[in-house]
Parts: sequence; structure tokens; C-alpha cells
Amino acid sequence: MNWLTNFVRPKLRALVARKEAPENLWTKCPKCEQMLFTKDLEANQSVCTHCGHHMRVRPLQRLPHLFDEGKYELHPLPKVPVDPLKFRDMERYDARLKKAQAKGDGATEALVVASGTMGGRLAIVAAMDFGFIGGSMGTAVGEGLVMAAEMAVARKAPLIAISASGGARMQEGILSLMQLTRTTIAVGMVKEAGLPYISVLTDPTTGGVSASFAMLGDIHIAEPDAIIGFAGPRVIESTIRQELPEGFQRSEYLLEHGMVDLVVHRHKLRETLMRLTALLSGPAGAESRALAAPSR
Amino acid sequence: MATYLDFEKPIAELESKISELRHVPNSGDVDIAEEVLRLQAKVDKQLRATYAKLTPWQRVQVARHPDRPHAQAYIDRLIEDYTPLAGDRAFGDDLAVVGGLGRFQGRPVVVLGQEKGSDTEARVKHNFGMARPEGYRKAQRLMRLADRFRLPVLTLVDTPGAYPGIDAEARGQAEAVARSIETCLEIGVPLVSLVIGEGGSGGALAIASADRILMLENAVYSVITPEGCASILWRSNTHAQEAAEAMRMTAQDLKRLDVIDEVIAEPMGGAHRSPDEAIDAAGSAVGRVLAELAALDADTLRRRRREKFLAMGKKGL
Ligand SMILES: [Zn+2]
Repeated sequence: MNWLTNFVRPKLRALVARKEAPENLWTKCPKCEQMLFTKDLEANQSVCTHCGHHMRVRPLQRLPHLFDEGKYELHPLPKVPVDPLKFRDMERYDARLKKAQAKGDGATEALVVASGTMGGRLAIVAAMDFGFIGGSMGTAVGEGLVMAAEMAVARKAPLIAISASGGARMQEGILSLMQLTRTTIAVGMVKEAGLPYISVLTDPTTGGVSASFAMLGDIHIAEPDAIIGFAGPRVIESTIRQELPEGFQRSEYLLEHGMVDLVVHRHKLRETLMRLTALLSGPAGAESRALAAPSR
Repeated sequence: MATYLDFEKPIAELESKISELRHVPNSGDVDIAEEVLRLQAKVDKQLRATYAKLTPWQRVQVARHPDRPHAQAYIDRLIEDYTPLAGDRAFGDDLAVVGGLGRFQGRPVVVLGQEKGSDTEARVKHNFGMARPEGYRKAQRLMRLADRFRLPVLTLVDTPGAYPGIDAEARGQAEAVARSIETCLEIGVPLVSLVIGEGGSGGALAIASADRILMLENAVYSVITPEGCASILWRSNTHAQEAAEAMRMTAQDLKRLDVIDEVIAEPMGGAHRSPDEAIDAAGSAVGRVLAELAALDADTLRRRRREKFLAMGKKGL
């Protein structure tokens, strides 16, 4: 496969792209409502410096903190048919898509696939972007997951999926639903190759993404206080007409209910991933194990 | 008493006239008999015309028709020696998912499906076909059982969706659906899914990631209910009709998208008018498809199942 790769020094790029507009100087923490100096907040990986609340971050903000020296390669997603159903609600889907892509933040879809080393070991990361149409999963996201899985298998590297999604992309109708099966196939290929698949669940992970690859990891790591569940809280409330219990569908609730292995602070994510992938790569490392496996 | 859908009003009027005439004491009267025949012909004509051009939203109504045959009706008619099996061996038995062992056309099979229930009491008992995690784990268990004994699996899809509730979330609804999809993909025996009514999102797909997906003519299958879609994208569920059209949720559209393999014709006026006829038509299609799959070994089945889903979405409408 011929991957078009562009080498990025994300920190530099972020500096260049940043506009020092006054309204960006301060950010209000949605949890404790403290006004935070945006620069401090970013330096702290968007974790509130006052109360520790983990704010939503986009893949390009997150990735530098995961890979060695903040360096990684981005892999463009495979081309897929645009607006396969010619969907129109209050707005045409293709227009909505174009608008989301024209925001100037570089995002072209709700998924970013990257590769790089973590503690000297190659890892493939597929990170979802809630900032792009609510992180909704359509054909492009599904296809990106398949590509990431194929890369992991071809390069004998662990796959790390970082979820942040409201669910399936409704504007792609049944084809968005089919991504549940397609992404399950993708992570199945990684598992079958004897490689680790680690699912990192961040705020929010609900709907079709939680009901497919995000809940099928060898290991599930959640960021603190993230909403994780099948149905969104509002859907549940309106169905059962009952108030939801305190902390319902939060990471800590899932930990208590046996659905995730670990709740890990964003500052500890890189070292946790490094430790786990090393432990799961076997005593002699994944390379020698892959050599012993029958070739296809 | 028959239930008529809104768009069936002219048919309802004709049929009520017929039933009035039949109750006229002097029913041996030739004129009355002739009038009944004449009206009956009108009904047929009207039914044919109406059902030949159902809109997507009308199909949603037909797919949810209370008299439409549900999973248990298919099992009762198509499966001999049916032996229901219960429980997920972890928490409980979810009656939204029915299933067990039996014989289909003489061959042992595992059959399972979502059951909506056909009267108020049954609907409550089966939770309107909305399964909780234990329902999906029961489905996984039955699929694994089939795999172990090399039995083909037939799944009957008919659900508004997986149940959105506190208890369901507490026990891992998302994981249960995901794992069920994974189980569909892992078993090395033929898996045929028949969408008989409402294919509601992940809750349906959980038992329909299959080698072959067949759909009744008036069944629907979508990523979200049209009401749900409308309330999110149009910010009002009064736009459900438009959402039903935009989502392309009819069997005919899904066949064009290559998401399903075959559309099974329903008797005139829909499956609810002649349930046995509808079930038999579905049964013979399933029989034909299972015969095609019978020769394939486990690895081939799994590989082709994967390829089938990986190929989906490469083309639009
Ligand atoms: Zn705070």
C-alpha cells in the first residue's frame, strides 16, 4: 500500500497557527467555571489547572503528547464516496461537510490516523475528533479505522484507538451503521495477528462507536469523568422519564461496573500506553513473535 | 378487529361495508352476494394500488403494524422440534430475545430473534423487542453453541433498537452490542439474517452482521428511528416523514446500496394481511440461501463475511 505521509512537527505548527485574539486569551472551565489563561491550559494538555477537569481535545492537540519527542506521521484517510445518499435535512450534507472542512483547523474528517514511536516502539494511533461533526462515524471514519488496522498488522505494531464520538453519522444512513461491523472487523484483524489493541475512551464516547470498536479493546482506558455509554443521557431520560443517578455513565461508573480497566489522567496516558504495549509485546518483543507466525 | 393504518382508510371503509353486508340476515340474497364480490374486487384493487407505491414513511408504519407476524410466529411456523433456550449465564433471561434449537426444513439449526409481542401483555413481557445486555449475551451464547455443533444460524430482526435504560447501561449495553457483532463475525457456520419488521440500529445489527441479509418487502432498517433522526437533525420529530425518506431505510433502497442481499415479496396488502403466506415466502428464501452456504467451510465463511462488509459503502445511490 502506498501511504502518502506528511511529516509534521505539531508543536511548531500549533504555534504558527495560533491567533492571539483577545477572546482566546481566557478559557472558562465548564466544570469549575474558573477563568483559565488559555496558554496555561494548553500547556497542561487542556486539563483544568484549577479542578483537574479533562476538557475535550482534538487529535492534533493530543498526539504530540503521546509520541516520542512529540513526533509522528499523519496518514491521510482513504477516499470514500462523498454524501453517498445525497442526504438533506435542514441543510445538505455535502454542504455541511464542506463547511466543517473549511473551518481552517485542518480537520477533514472525524478521525486522524498517526504512527510513531512510543518509548522506541512503533504504535499506530487512530484518534477521533469530536470537534468534527460531533465525532460522528461515517464511511470515512470506518475506512480510516480499517486502514489503521491494516497498518498495524503490516508493521506489526499495536493499535491504539482514541474515541470521542456522539455515535454514527446519521447523514450517511445505513452506511454509517455498517461502520459498526466494519470497525469490528478492523480491530479483529489486529487481534488475530496477535497484536495488542488498546481502546482509549474519552469524553464523550456514545452510540455506534461505543457499540463497536471502542468496547472491544484488549484493554480499555478511560479518561477521568468522561461520558461513556450506549444511549446518550438525554435519550435515556426521555425514554424512562426518570432522573439519572449522580455520576451515571461517567468513567468512574464504568470502572465500578467492570466496563473499563483503568481510569487514567491525561498526563499519565503516554506512560500507561508505553507500559501496556511493552508488556503485551511479549518477552522478546512483537517482532520475533511475528516472525514465528505463519506468513500469509 | 383489524388495525388499519392512516393511509388505509379507503380500504377500511370498503371492508367495513363488506362486513355489514355479510351480517345482513338475508345473506343468501343474490344482490348482496354480488355487491360483496364487487366491493371485494374494489378492495383488492385499492390494496394493490396503495401498496404498489408506499412511501418510506408508510413502510415504517407497515413494518411496525401490530398485526404483522413477529419472530415467534416465524419460529412456530418454520421450525420443527423447537426447543427454546434461556439465559445469558451471567445475569438473566431477556425475553426481548427469543431463540433456541430446532429443525428448519429437516436440518438442525439455531434460531434467534427479537420478539416484539403481539398484544399489550406480550409487548410488555418482551419489552417491545428492545433487548438489554443479557439479551445480546444470550444471542452470543446461542451463536457460540451453533458454532460448536456446526449448526447454521437464522436470526430474525425486529426491534426499535437496543433498550436505552439505566439498568441496560449499568450492565454494559454498548459492550454487549459490540461483542454480539464480533460474535457474528467470528462464528464459522452459516449466518442468515431476516429483517422481518423493524431493523433498529445497532440493536438490529448486533444479530445481523451476517453472510446473507434478507429483508421483507415492507421491512425497514436504519441507523436511527426516523423520529429520532428528525428530532436531532430537524430539531422536531414532526419531520419523521422527511427523515424516513432521507435515510433510505426501505428494503428496496438498501438492496440498491448492496447493504442487503435480497428483498422478499410480501402478500398483497402486507404481511399482516396474510401472515402464513409471508412467513412461507421468507422460509423458502432462507432455505435457498442456507443451501448455497452449506458447502462452505468455516474459514471461507468468515473470510467472505468480512469481505462482504468491507466492500460496503464503496458506492452510493
Ligand atoms: Zn476546572
